[in-house]
Amino acid sequence: MDNIVLEAVSINKYFYDPVKFRVLSDISFKIEHGEFVSVAGKSGCGKSTLLYILSTMDTDYEGELYLHGEALHQKTANDLARIRNEKIGFVFQFHYLIEEFNVLKNVMLPGLKLAKHSRPELESRALNHLKRLDVADQALKMPHQLSGGQKQRVAIARAMINDPLVIMGDEPTGNLDKKNSDLVFAIFRELCQDKKQSLLIVTHDTDFALRTNRTIQMEDGKILS
Amino acid sequence: MPASLSLKIALSLLRARLGQTVVAAAGVTFGIAMFIALVSFMTGLNKLLDGLILNRIPHIRLYQEIKPSPVQPVDLSKKYRRHQNFIRSIKPRDRGREIRNSQLIMRAIQADPQVVDVAPKLVTQVFYTTGTIELGGVMDGIVPAAEENLFRLSDYVITGNLNDLTTVANSIIIGKGIADKMLVEPGDIIQVSTGMGQQALLKVVGIVQFGIAEIDNIQSYTALSTAQKIQGKPPAYITDIQVKLKDITQAPAIGLEYAKLFRLEAMDLQKANTQFETGSNIRSIISYAVGVTLLIVAGFGIYNILNMLIYEKMDAIAILKATGFSGRDVRFIFISLSLIIGIAGGILGLGLGYVLSVIINHIPFQIESLPTIQTYPVNFNPLYYFIGISFALITTYIAGFFPARKASKVDPVVIIRGK
Repeated sequence: MDNIVLEAVSINKYFYDPVKFRVLSDISFKIEHGEFVSVAGKSGCGKSTLLYILSTMDTDYEGELYLHGEALHQKTANDLARIRNEKIGFVFQFHYLIEEFNVLKNVMLPGLKLAKHSRPELESRALNHLKRLDVADQALKMPHQLSGGQKQRVAIARAMINDPLVIMGDEPTGNLDKKNSDLVFAIFRELCQDKKQSLLIVTHDTDFALRTNRTIQMEDGKILS
Repeated sequence: MPASLSLKIALSLLRARLGQTVVAAAGVTFGIAMFIALVSFMTGLNKLLDGLILNRIPHIRLYQEIKPSPVQPVDLSKKYRRHQNFIRSIKPRDRGREIRNSQLIMRAIQADPQVVDVAPKLVTQVFYTTGTIELGGVMDGIVPAAEENLFRLSDYVITGNLNDLTTVANSIIIGKGIADKMLVEPGDIIQVSTGMGQQALLKVVGIVQFGIAEIDNIQSYTALSTAQKIQGKPPAYITDIQVKLKDITQAPAIGLEYAKLFRLEAMDLQKANTQFETGSNIRSIISYAVGVTLLIVAGFGIYNILNMLIYEKMDAIAILKATGFSGRDVRFIFISLSLIIGIAGGILGLGLGYVLSVIINHIPFQIESLPTIQTYPVNFNPLYYFIGISFALITTYIAGFFPARKASKVDPVVIIRGK
């Protein structure tokens, strides 16, 4: 039990517009600590929908969800926000860096919100992450001055700043060319191997999925394997 | 979440749209500045105009009214007590206009802790005679020092000195209108005759001008003792007791009390001058309405700009929420954004409003009837600055509240999926 980071128990989700439609049916799985899991499937199979439920941003579902043994399906929106801040890191297809802040501040932002570490400490942590991802020299630039691959690496650094239990990715390589995709994958694998970081990545890139520890195949809202 | 972080985020968002922010803040600045300048100027003018009239009127005036006796002889008759008595064409009883026991009454009023000062007056209908011309008028016998305390009479004495009434025997200060008509100057002698036929020669020691032609054409002042002497009355003979109160709003109540106590008629300032109160109230309402309208318009400006900002920064809001900022945090960010605009614009507005008031206060405004006024009057009351800034903060808070609520309800899933 202690080794399980994320557990989903028979999750069901419906869309009501324009007609009632079952997007996810009886999704149950577990992710163990330090696992690198990918969720693969064709476009429209519900894998992103699943990720948003797992990420606690979408609360309109049936079923149970546990993060490190903590039940998430009954929490209030404010509690969930705090849990997201502290325990979950995100990388999206689009980088979502805030244009008004420089790279370093963008990385520090979730940490400043958590306020667990002092500002100088956060700064050095953020710089360490950026160094590990090989973008430390961009730290004081504004996001629009960076290339797409660099932005995505900054987004990964931001996801790592609070040492989350799990990092979730929604097509993190979807907007990147082959070279940058490989780079991002390498970073994820390194995180998994070196820091025992649990990762849950949604992708339609079979090549990417095959290289992870475990792949959850989805089709029509169901888990195939 | 540390508030400083929210403020920092708010400031960064503002910096991203510096142009619009400045415009929004300028709206608030302009609104407050105009509100302050307008209200200060209006109330300044009100005070001046009201002062023209009200300074001349005691808070309470006690006098003996000429009226029919309330108890007629037939009412005393036992025989007709149970009858309904109709009496026509009653003539007022001649009790004279003298206030009996005036010295005691004045001492009693003076001892009242609610009273600032009390002044006696002897009002006499007179004719000012020069050559063959006779001008009707009113001559008040006064105690100059007391009159000065109550009405600052010396402000209106344009030539001569009020105190000369006591130092120079048989002296008179006449209204500007009379002086102009009779072509007299201080030092000249004029003849005054009362309605009862007494006559006296009085030396003009000053000219008084209130700026109201109707009064300047009839009014003159002499020492109380001179007035009594002309009419052949004893030194206690007066017709009016004028009272100045510490709290002017108490005038009707205290007036009523005195009237009952001393069996006199009491006229309080509010009763005598309802129309002035109404006039100044309406002027205040208009200036408040204009100022408040300006601020509300500024509020709409802020509302628009924040709404646009939210649409533009949807991504930033989504990622803030995805990384753990709660709806409350986001709302706080946008409300502080609005309040930053409000406070910055408001403080500048206070400054600009003060500057405008000072400028207005230096514009020359000289009219013959107002000898003490050199420039436009402005009322520098800190209260208006307080009202201005409070209203600015309330408006900007409300203007920020709705966009902020909208931002707090942004669903990050919808935004992130959309990409």
